[in-house]
Amino acid sequence: MTTTREMEFPDPAARTAAVAAGPAPASELEDLPAEKMVLNMGPSHPSTHGVLRIVLELDGEVITRAVPEVGYLHRGDEKIAENLTWTQFIPYTDRLDYLAPLANNVAYVLAVEKLLGIQDRLPPRCQYIRVLCCELARISSHLLGLGAFAMDVGAMTVFLLTFTEREKIYNLCEALTGARFTTSYTRIGGLARDLPPGWTDQCRRFAREVLPAINEVEALLTRNRIWVDRTRDLGVIPKADAIAYALTGPNLRGSGVDYDVRKAHPYLVYDQLRFDVPVGSVGDCYDRYLVRMEEMRQSVRIIHQCLDQLPGGPVNVDDGKIVLPPKDKVLTRMEELIHQFMLVTQGVNAPPGEVYFGAENPKGELGFYLHSRGGGVPYRLKIRAPSFVNLAILGRLLPGHLISDVVAILGSLDFVMGECDR
Amino acid sequence: MSARDLAQRLRTRFGDLISEPVEFRGEITVTLADAERVAEVCQFARDELGFDFLLDLTSVDNYGEEPRWTVVYELYGLGHHRHLRLKTHVSEEKSELPTVTGVWPAADWHEREVYDMMGIRFRGHPDLRRILMWEGYPYFPLRKDFPLAGRPSEMPGVAFTETAPLEGGPFVTAPGGRDALEREPRARGPER
Repeated sequence: MTTTREMEFPDPAARTAAVAAGPAPASELEDLPAEKMVLNMGPSHPSTHGVLRIVLELDGEVITRAVPEVGYLHRGDEKIAENLTWTQFIPYTDRLDYLAPLANNVAYVLAVEKLLGIQDRLPPRCQYIRVLCCELARISSHLLGLGAFAMDVGAMTVFLLTFTEREKIYNLCEALTGARFTTSYTRIGGLARDLPPGWTDQCRRFAREVLPAINEVEALLTRNRIWVDRTRDLGVIPKADAIAYALTGPNLRGSGVDYDVRKAHPYLVYDQLRFDVPVGSVGDCYDRYLVRMEEMRQSVRIIHQCLDQLPGGPVNVDDGKIVLPPKDKVLTRMEELIHQFMLVTQGVNAPPGEVYFGAENPKGELGFYLHSRGGGVPYRLKIRAPSFVNLAILGRLLPGHLISDVVAILGSLDFVMGECDR
Repeated sequence: MSARDLAQRLRTRFGDLISEPVEFRGEITVTLADAERVAEVCQFARDELGFDFLLDLTSVDNYGEEPRWTVVYELYGLGHHRHLRLKTHVSEEKSELPTVTGVWPAADWHEREVYDMMGIRFRGHPDLRRILMWEGYPYFPLRKDFPLAGRPSEMPGVAFTETAPLEGGPFVTAPGGRDALEREPRARGPER
């Protein structure tokens, strides 16, 4: 039996060079030019994780052309946004990357707060809680991404393990927001509510319990011969391609580009927290898998630091023109009543101008381009969805691979169609 | 080198084509006067100024104003970590400008989306088809004169043939309606 030590792991430089040289010519196929076949994969295929359709042109089992078709889940979120107040759009952000709704909530309100110019006035407690939300969402999304990825290439156990842990995150979400899935937790200038009693202990317990589970997944996969064979040197995205196609998140870092919005442009309190950004070396499916594994560990690190440093105090900006006043004051005082009335009927009054804010979400950089002409309603709201941008590379990435590799490549890209199609 | 300096270098190279940089909330925006030269300007920004990353490409409909379209490019440089927003205007009669897919392949899907949603064409794009709406859909839904409730199209109403359990209620979709105004009790009609 081969021990793990005997499994060959050539150095990354040699592997990158081998990949750049291209696959060895399949001489037997050249001799017999066969009729090409067109195969529709999706829109409802287990490995497309939603409704992605890929039109594949095949020469035998080798893909010669791939045309991804998206839009099956298009709901017109950007059109809807132009008809809602800034606050009313928060629930729609839940439904973008519906595997990490908390992180979307945070990214959206941060963008609006940038437009309002109040991001420096956020109370520290609010910022720490938002970081906690983002990192819980990251772990949750990566757990699902890895579980589904592993199941697609035949490792069912991993899926069961990761879903057990995800269940605990959903319990945390439920205690925090009242909903397991569609959280809508943030508000412009703060949060819907403070942490419930006992939540920090529950969160700390989860952060302790998730590490053994991650280690178990690691033990099941990282040195697993089948897993390595099905992911290593497959779906290689060279560094130059990753940049040219503007990939973000683990897919970009898997290709060896050290870009993480949390480090490059720290928002909230990320500049006060210690964490590492893992990067890959070759850019294959295996590297993307390793990057996600390590990101979960770093998220656990961040969660522990946030819980240790969590300050007291208010969670909302002290500004009646932005945050709803407390209910008892609304019922007894004139000024608060007017504020409440204006906020609910007109929305937060944003100045004219345009901002772009990108946040490091589990799938990549979720950006919001907000174009305001003043008043409580966006004039134009563009969502830069990481899944949409990351999928655009499929047409370049898939040709040359076997049809069974598509499943592994899709799993390693980790996309969500709710976000892609908006 | 700050984003403002990079914008100034763009101005030094292209002169009055590039507007004075505008700063809002720490972001620098420049406007390109002639949309026909956008590919050339982007090429320079990528090759000489290090903007190797096209974060986003989108469009704004200035309905009722001239020129009607604004196309917005969010540039980013992984080397210097600076953002720059480049905007350019396109008139409604023209509704066309050169593609930047040759500069950044990432522009491919973004330009298809702009075309799909607003009907602005990108000359030289390798595959300018609809991306989110289906092939053959007759409207451009993100235009300001397109109502939120939608307009009737040739799509058969297969999704609305079954009777809903609470039919007739205030929030219940009515089956068989010709368009969303008839189907959705709370749909907002076109502005009159």
